[in-house]
Amino acid sequence: MFSRILTSALFAGAAAGLIAALLQFVFVQPVLLHAELYESGELVHFGAEAVSARPELPGLFADPMRDGLSVVFTMFTYTGYALVMVALMSTADKMGHAVTARAGLLWGLAGFITFHFAPGLSLAPEVPGVAAADVEVRQIWWTATVAATGVAMWLIAFGGNAMAYGAAALLLLAPHLIGAPEPESFSGPVPTELGALFAARAFGVGMAAWVLLGGLAGYFWQTEGKRAEAHA
Amino acid sequence: MTTKTLKASATGSAILPALFAVILGLGIITLAGHVQASALHDAAHDVRHATGFPCH
Repeated sequence: MFSRILTSALFAGAAAGLIAALLQFVFVQPVLLHAELYESGELVHFGAEAVSARPELPGLFADPMRDGLSVVFTMFTYTGYALVMVALMSTADKMGHAVTARAGLLWGLAGFITFHFAPGLSLAPEVPGVAAADVEVRQIWWTATVAATGVAMWLIAFGGNAMAYGAAALLLLAPHLIGAPEPESFSGPVPTELGALFAARAFGVGMAAWVLLGGLAGYFWQTEGKRAEAHA
Repeated sequence: MTTKTLKASATGSAILPALFAVILGLGIITLAGHVQASALHDAAHDVRHATGFPCH
């Protein structure tokens, strides 16, 4: 059982992580590098003169070490997501819910909402240089929000009665009604156009990668199960 | 009787691997996303920003 979970999660996590890394290079990294020009002070916004929206940016893979590490860590992160998701898939499977590639797409969407969208709704994906509350406090809020949202997703999918849906709604709302840690003052030097684009791109790429992760995890879960049966 | 025992052990052996996989996965996510040790932070910096983890 453990090897089936591990194999499915490793395959799905590595593949979806690699694609996530490539999508991030094309859509997210240029915005991040652009924002870093403001973080470092090379460009200054709100000065006397308007700043070009198209400065010279380092090209893709201009810093192989940095970009290589990003690929490795994206694959690593998505493998972590996959381990959690496939373990829960195995539990759902035991409960009699079919886990297929198609069902996996919904699993992936629920995972995206849990790990990326819900915490990001009140703690928006940050470009470098933005003002924010202490990182430890934000990490605590992030972790609690992911936990509450994850339980809510499970209740919506498998609860099956009004009480479960009500509890899920409360769990989804609570972190945002309580509120995320906020900075004391604003000091971000990055233009709002870049900040907004960064958050939108981070969410978009995250959703694509997660849906892919869910579909692949469901697919590998099935094929690994058939392989184990054939061997038995 | 025998069937019952088999069933019970099958259920027991299904929960533990799943639990272990969840712990392993959360450990990996914590390492990649949250640990502030500077070497790890620098290596995972861009990923943390792009994946919506609190970074700095």
